[in-house]
Amino acid sequence: MGQINLTQVTKSFGDVNVIPPLDLNINDGEFTVFVGPSGCGKSTLLRLIAGLEDITSGKIEIDGQDATELPPAKRGLAMVFQSYALYPHMSVRKNIAFPMKMAGMDEAEQKKRIEAAAKALNLTDYLDRRPGQLSGGQRQRVAIGRAIVREPSAFLFDEPLSNLDAALRVGMRLEISEMHKRLATTMIYVTHDQVEAMTMADKIVVLQAGVIEQVGSPLELYRRPRNKFVAGFIGSPKMNLIEGKLASEHSVHTIGIRPEHIDVSTTEGAWQGTVGVAEHLGSDTFIHIHGIPGCDPLTVRAGGDVDVRHGDTVYLTPQAQHIHKFGADGLRLD
Amino acid sequence: MATQHSRSAARFMMAPAVVLLLGWMLVPLLMTLYFSFKTYLPLRGGDLGWTGFDNYVRFVSSSAFWPSIQATLIIVGGALIITVGFGVLLGILLNQPMWGQGVVRILVIAPFFVMPTVSALVWKNMFMDPTNGLLAHLWRFFGADPVVWLSDASLFSIILIVSWQWLPFATLILLTAIQSLDGEQLEASEMDGAPVLKRFWYIVLPHLSRAITIVILIETIFLLSIFAEILVTTGGAFGTRTLTYLIFQRVLESQNVGLGSAGGVYAIILANIVAIFLMRIVGKNLDA
Amino acid sequence: MARAVTNQRKAINTAAAWAVGLLIFFPILWTILTSFKTEATAIADPPVFLAFDWTLENYSAVMERSNYARFLWNSIIIAGGSTILGIIVAVPAAWSMAFVPSKRTKDILLWMLSTKMLPAVGVLYPIYLIFIKLGILDSRIGLVIVIMLINLPIIVWMLYTYFKEIPVDILEAGRMDGASLKDEIIYILTPMAVPGIASTLLLNFILAWNEAFWTLNLTAAKAAPLTAFIASYSSPEGLFYAKLSAASTMAIAPILILGWFSQKQLVSGLTFGAVK
Repeated sequence: MGQINLTQVTKSFGDVNVIPPLDLNINDGEFTVFVGPSGCGKSTLLRLIAGLEDITSGKIEIDGQDATELPPAKRGLAMVFQSYALYPHMSVRKNIAFPMKMAGMDEAEQKKRIEAAAKALNLTDYLDRRPGQLSGGQRQRVAIGRAIVREPSAFLFDEPLSNLDAALRVGMRLEISEMHKRLATTMIYVTHDQVEAMTMADKIVVLQAGVIEQVGSPLELYRRPRNKFVAGFIGSPKMNLIEGKLASEHSVHTIGIRPEHIDVSTTEGAWQGTVGVAEHLGSDTFIHIHGIPGCDPLTVRAGGDVDVRHGDTVYLTPQAQHIHKFGADGLRLD
Repeated sequence: MATQHSRSAARFMMAPAVVLLLGWMLVPLLMTLYFSFKTYLPLRGGDLGWTGFDNYVRFVSSSAFWPSIQATLIIVGGALIITVGFGVLLGILLNQPMWGQGVVRILVIAPFFVMPTVSALVWKNMFMDPTNGLLAHLWRFFGADPVVWLSDASLFSIILIVSWQWLPFATLILLTAIQSLDGEQLEASEMDGAPVLKRFWYIVLPHLSRAITIVILIETIFLLSIFAEILVTTGGAFGTRTLTYLIFQRVLESQNVGLGSAGGVYAIILANIVAIFLMRIVGKNLDA
Repeated sequence: MARAVTNQRKAINTAAAWAVGLLIFFPILWTILTSFKTEATAIADPPVFLAFDWTLENYSAVMERSNYARFLWNSIIIAGGSTILGIIVAVPAAWSMAFVPSKRTKDILLWMLSTKMLPAVGVLYPIYLIFIKLGILDSRIGLVIVIMLINLPIIVWMLYTYFKEIPVDILEAGRMDGASLKDEIIYILTPMAVPGIASTLLLNFILAWNEAFWTLNLTAAKAAPLTAFIASYSSPEGLFYAKLSAASTMAIAPILILGWFSQKQLVSGLTFGAVK
């Protein structure tokens, strides 16, 4: 079980209102990602759910029970911290055992669960080491192991991969996703990295300044961003947002077109521009183009074999079915 | 950042320390204030009623008061000059590359760990005794008459003993401060052509100013209340009766509690003037 | 990068520093040496430095005459008891201030510091009177309490400084793992803070051991610790240098050894973290 409902939750630090009234439902077994720029309140929201912070008003329900006043330990949630927060004075075994020891579980059961978790996380050989003797990736596994053995109703992850190097991050991302498929337990995952959000989530919650901008599946957000903020935040490279003349041709304030939805030609097309920088990634080419009114530079994602250079004149044609239209208030129009 | 739960737990857990210290501060303080307005002679009739500010006036106008203030200032001032002056020099010396630095550090710090009664008695007898003291032997060796240290140079002797005890403290703190001096800054000034003395004056000393201030303030607080060193050497004779010692005599020796308490209030006020400066520095450090 | 220092310069530094160091240490060294001399050798002129017949008779004389063991025991009880009691009171307070800081935390810390500056003599009589009323004059428990109180601000400050260095994440992880406040302090905070708590213990034990205002004024025969034991030598009887030295050596030796271990913590402890 792991159904979490937030009703009209707010949080203020002193006079500063960090989270205005917010409603959110997280279904049992769902992998939910809170994503947004730093300072958007996503970590605070996670800590409110964890019980590490009090909510100022509103209600938090976990599995239908009011958990608003419950201390963290009583909520049945497990958390993996950005810094891993392992107990430096305990061996890996003791770290993993700690929540079970606190719960007063019997030794035999503890041992069984530690063995199982260690096996699943490739930690069997390291059980008697101290956290200080482990690599970043191993520490991360220990932190996950400590969360798993409790069999919580939901896992909370606070930017767990941000201290790992890029290669390790991709690996751990897969492992966490696989773990979710295997355990089918609710997971709430906070990140500022939209790639993590897109690749891992069943449901993405995009936050800005404590306000939920949009909730939906990764592809929903990609295909139908509710407003300009979500449009710009989800997808990489970012969606081009074009104002002015080209937008008024569609009789709207702003049009948005993703870099991968623009066709490039050196001979003909709807818009004409000049190549600034062309980034050749091998598989793709990101071309930054100047001279398009209302959006400078405009980014285009072309195939790896497109051969354009700085200063070349190119012609662009947006794919009509992929044009997003936004009103003056920034909201999607269709 | 915390929950209501942990905040109330925090208040609860802070309570014992706060209550104890509050009691420790307020109860005796209020009693001292109370006694200071009374004629109170435990061995000669006990509580003889209120006297207003009589005790305060009498304490200040007694012939022993000004000499005691003078003795206090000379001892505190003398010890401060010696410990800070030599402390800076020693700190710089100990910061130089050398063999056996750790051992020298230990030798220099050792006096701080000697209990006051021991250092006072060792100095009094084995060094300052006019017939058998080591200093007397030394004087005689050079054909001079031994000095009767604790009566003829009583204040200097006390300053010497106290400075010996506190020099390690000053040295250790100043050494720590010197070690935090940015080497590149010194090298830059050397590149600019500043000679050694100027470098000391314009770079090292300003860098040490905060540490020196702290040494002065903390030592002042401790030195204002030195007691054992005087009790076992001169017993307050030969002009070494400090304010602390005078109050002690009024209260416990002549059992004039009212008078002594008025003196105590003066001492508290004096200490608080120093304390305010120290707290400002420490407080600033807390913000950082 | 620092430049290489010539050996010559290093030799001069070494000579100067050792000379000063030995000069400062000399009174202690002389006391220790004298404690092994006979009374006659102790006052010999010219003084004998090392070439004397070493003897332990002063130590046995001191032990016999003044029941050294009882003073020592009192010192251990008073210093140890006040320090441990202080730590027990201070750990929760320091936890609160380090991990649940409020707007008043700074004020409370400074106020605690200010109580340390109250001149003892100013409150001598009230404490004396309270002790008589409570019947704890010349008792070890009385001194344990008083010395605990005078060192409490330093203990709180030192622990606070150490606790501040522990990441709050780890304590929160403990809370998520189901640790109650008590568990959090016992299983997580305290083991992590062991080095800090140990140095706090050490420094405050030393300060308590050497405390010589209250121990002299609030004790007589029963609870007197070593400070008072030494003070009893202030009225000399005949030749007593060697015995005084032996007694002094016994009183300071344990603390000198402990002190050398605590020199690093001394600075931040005694300056309330203002110099690190």
